[in-house]
Amino acid sequence: MSEPPAPGSSAPSAVSNGGTGSAPVPLVRLRGIEKSFGDLRVSDGVDLDLMPGEVHALLGENGAGKTTLMRILYGLTSPDGGTIEIDGAPAAIGSPADAIAAVIGMVTQHFSLVGRMTVTENLLLSRAGLGRLDRRAGRAMVADAADRLGVRVDPDATVEKLSVGEQQRVEILKALARDCRVLILDEPTAVLVPQDVEVLFDSIRRLTGQGMGVLFISHKLGEVSRISHRVSVLRRGRIIDTVPTAGASPAQLAEMMVGRPTVGVRRADRAAPQDAGPLAAVTDADAEQAAGLVDQRAAGQPSVAAQPGAVTGAAGPGRAGAVLSIRGLRLGGRGKDVLAGIDLTVQAGEIVGLAGVSGNGQTELVQVLCGLERPTSGTVAVNGVDVTGADPERVIAAGLGRITEDRHACVVGKLSVAQNLVLEDLPRFRRGLLLDRKAIRAHAERLIEQFSIKAKPDDPIGTLSGGNMQKVLLARTLARDPVALVASQPTRGLDVGATEFVHTELLARRAAGAGVLLVSEDLEELLALADRIVVIYEGALVGEMPADEADPERLGLLMAGQIGAAA
Amino acid sequence: MSLRLVLRGREPRWLAPVLVIVAVVIVFLLTAGPIRGAGANPQAAYQRYVLTPLTGTASVTEVVLAAIPILFTGLAVAVAFRSGYWNIGAEGQFLAGAIGATVVGLYLRDLPGPVAIPLALLAGAAAGVVWSLLPALLRVRFGIDEVVTTLLLNPVALLLVQGLLNGPWRGSNGFPVSDELGPGYRMPAVIPGSRVHWGVVIAAVLAIAIWIVMSRSATGLRLRAVGLSPAAARFSGIAVRRTLLRSALVSGAIAGLGGADQVLGVGHKLSQEVSSSYGYTGIVVATLGALTAGGVVLVALLLGDITVGAQNASLVLQLPPQMGEIVSSLLMLAVVSVLVLRRYKISWRRVAARSPGAAPSPGGSR
Repeated sequence: MSEPPAPGSSAPSAVSNGGTGSAPVPLVRLRGIEKSFGDLRVSDGVDLDLMPGEVHALLGENGAGKTTLMRILYGLTSPDGGTIEIDGAPAAIGSPADAIAAVIGMVTQHFSLVGRMTVTENLLLSRAGLGRLDRRAGRAMVADAADRLGVRVDPDATVEKLSVGEQQRVEILKALARDCRVLILDEPTAVLVPQDVEVLFDSIRRLTGQGMGVLFISHKLGEVSRISHRVSVLRRGRIIDTVPTAGASPAQLAEMMVGRPTVGVRRADRAAPQDAGPLAAVTDADAEQAAGLVDQRAAGQPSVAAQPGAVTGAAGPGRAGAVLSIRGLRLGGRGKDVLAGIDLTVQAGEIVGLAGVSGNGQTELVQVLCGLERPTSGTVAVNGVDVTGADPERVIAAGLGRITEDRHACVVGKLSVAQNLVLEDLPRFRRGLLLDRKAIRAHAERLIEQFSIKAKPDDPIGTLSGGNMQKVLLARTLARDPVALVASQPTRGLDVGATEFVHTELLARRAAGAGVLLVSEDLEELLALADRIVVIYEGALVGEMPADEADPERLGLLMAGQIGAAA
Repeated sequence: MSLRLVLRGREPRWLAPVLVIVAVVIVFLLTAGPIRGAGANPQAAYQRYVLTPLTGTASVTEVVLAAIPILFTGLAVAVAFRSGYWNIGAEGQFLAGAIGATVVGLYLRDLPGPVAIPLALLAGAAAGVVWSLLPALLRVRFGIDEVVTTLLLNPVALLLVQGLLNGPWRGSNGFPVSDELGPGYRMPAVIPGSRVHWGVVIAAVLAIAIWIVMSRSATGLRLRAVGLSPAAARFSGIAVRRTLLRSALVSGAIAGLGGADQVLGVGHKLSQEVSSSYGYTGIVVATLGALTAGGVVLVALLLGDITVGAQNASLVLQLPPQMGEIVSSLLMLAVVSVLVLRRYKISWRRVAARSPGAAPSPGGSR
């Protein structure tokens, strides 16, 4: 935490025995790893080295094959071909037990901890044999591992009472306690608040200083630039290139990742002017309008519709006033309220960002707004129509568009793209008693083109990639021209191209005068898109600020419950 | 070497028919021994089972006759299963339908045919709805598993039939079989002189109607969405519970219609044997028919074919009549097992010596 993170700065100084040309034997050497699932090649002859003392980042879009590769290394997936060498010797890794024996440790996004047990017990679990447990030795083990990691951990704390960041530390301790020398971290920062990210990075530097090798999987360019020594970019199961981080600019890496130059979509002038290049091809007129808006802002030219500072009140054409008002919304849970009296208004033509660490009531709030759950008390109104406790049909009819975090719960995987596209709007596609199949197909073809969905109308939607599925959901929602839009984690798990597309669409809606409630755990996304950011903590809104005045540090403190609403 | 199932990317068009042929060959190999053991030539037996019933007009009508009740129950089950309502109670609903038709036929004996038959069919369908109402409501209101409740109501329906036949409806000859229904309740033959009655036309119309509703209507799409993903259906504004309730009741109505049709078309009176497990066979028919109306029709006819063939084989070849059931049951099993390969393909691969699972050695060359 002490070290100020310098954006774009070079990678951490190379550790003495790593990085250079005359390197010693790599800790891990993957050669020609191949893996197919059905007809899909997820690993296509991957070569990868990890040196002692090195942080080697594995960068790639979702579905590029990062996680599969790491699962192969950890023995969770068996490869179709290729070899794995540990310390220069061929290793047969057929199960996680083999991997652990080969000194490999892995921490995934979903922790494998027993919540009711203490830290010590969790560590002992993985090495308990028959006979008595030696708790004292266990505590010593925790202390020893914590010392190596450079963090303080109470060995007798119950795991479920720890914060997510602390739980992640326990996971790393578990790996260290098994004497691992290779640590695989799969998207480790996805669940962390900014402060915890700093702690994690300090720990990673400490471990590599002790000669460990760390494989750091991420699709966040900024983090990769900061923490890693070398980056391997994975695209469609192939390593595009492995480069020293110090010499690679984020733009270069992003281009390698997606295979074409990209730019970020921004609400306001935060990016350097040259970053505002051609946006993703969008034929939708609204989107073009928004793109124009973004370009103007990015270029720093004042525009009538988009004066910095006047964003909150700037309603788009056609609509004005509150499109989504939430008053005193409560939702009871076990023991305490999951939503503890939320008051929030989204105006026409603004994007309100809801920040928060996951599990603080965002999911439930979205469920209530979508009509999937009844609040205990309070009211919700869409465009002036009261929809408190209404079912999804009425909520949709009132003009609310909905994008939830769980895409798969919103589509019927075995039905076709075309059928899913009309599922919310069946009466419109009736002709007599039956459905008008021609109209349904035409509707699908139009949206597929408009939203550049890579699919045919008859494809079962379950076969689509996450990004394309999300585009279908966006298309379905936006085709009804919603007055207000709730978008929860709309870009989670999407690649750069799809993320950019979603962002452009959200901005287009805003420009068209809709109000958007954007729920996201990605601060960068919120800062880039939102006009206003509110922070949710333990079911209550604890802070609100214009996005222009928001900084990650303060948001992080609010998200962690460190400072209250009064601050 | 180890055998593993690997997910297929895409299913080739020729696959399903080829797999069915493979299943038939497997069944042939499996049953050849027992058939020979029973003293018959397997090849001749197979000819009797499958081909002979289709060679004469008279036996073809028998095949159709045998298929009618399982057409009804198969369609009933398919409608329910499509919506994700696991109605195992078609047997009970079929019996309830038979009771419903008998009530009308016994107490309104003198009605003329054009009134009597629709009325009795309606009564049967209504009885089927009544019999399916309780489990459906329990499921929709309280989330009580319909598999258990519908299943448990089957013996209750049979006991009700037995109770009625041993009590108020005991025949005038003293046997536990009801008296004949009124003369207007005799379902006319489709082809004069044959035993095939108009029930087959009703079933065919029903099958076509179900096919159209399922594939072309908003109702059908909603129902399928509910069956495939209740959460997504709910999210999309579909009233999931209402859809489930309706499909459960429609399913009961179809099964009840089948029971009524069986009484009017075949027995003209109620007996304990009015259903020979048609409701349970309906589950097999629906599942094998991939829950589609067309599939149900094909499977029901195939089962009818084997049923008639088995009678023939036991007469001519002196094979035990159970052999027919063995063949048809094995055929069902084989088809279901083999059709797994529509989605998976088999791969043989070497196993690494030291890993306990099926995981191959990463070091091994391909």
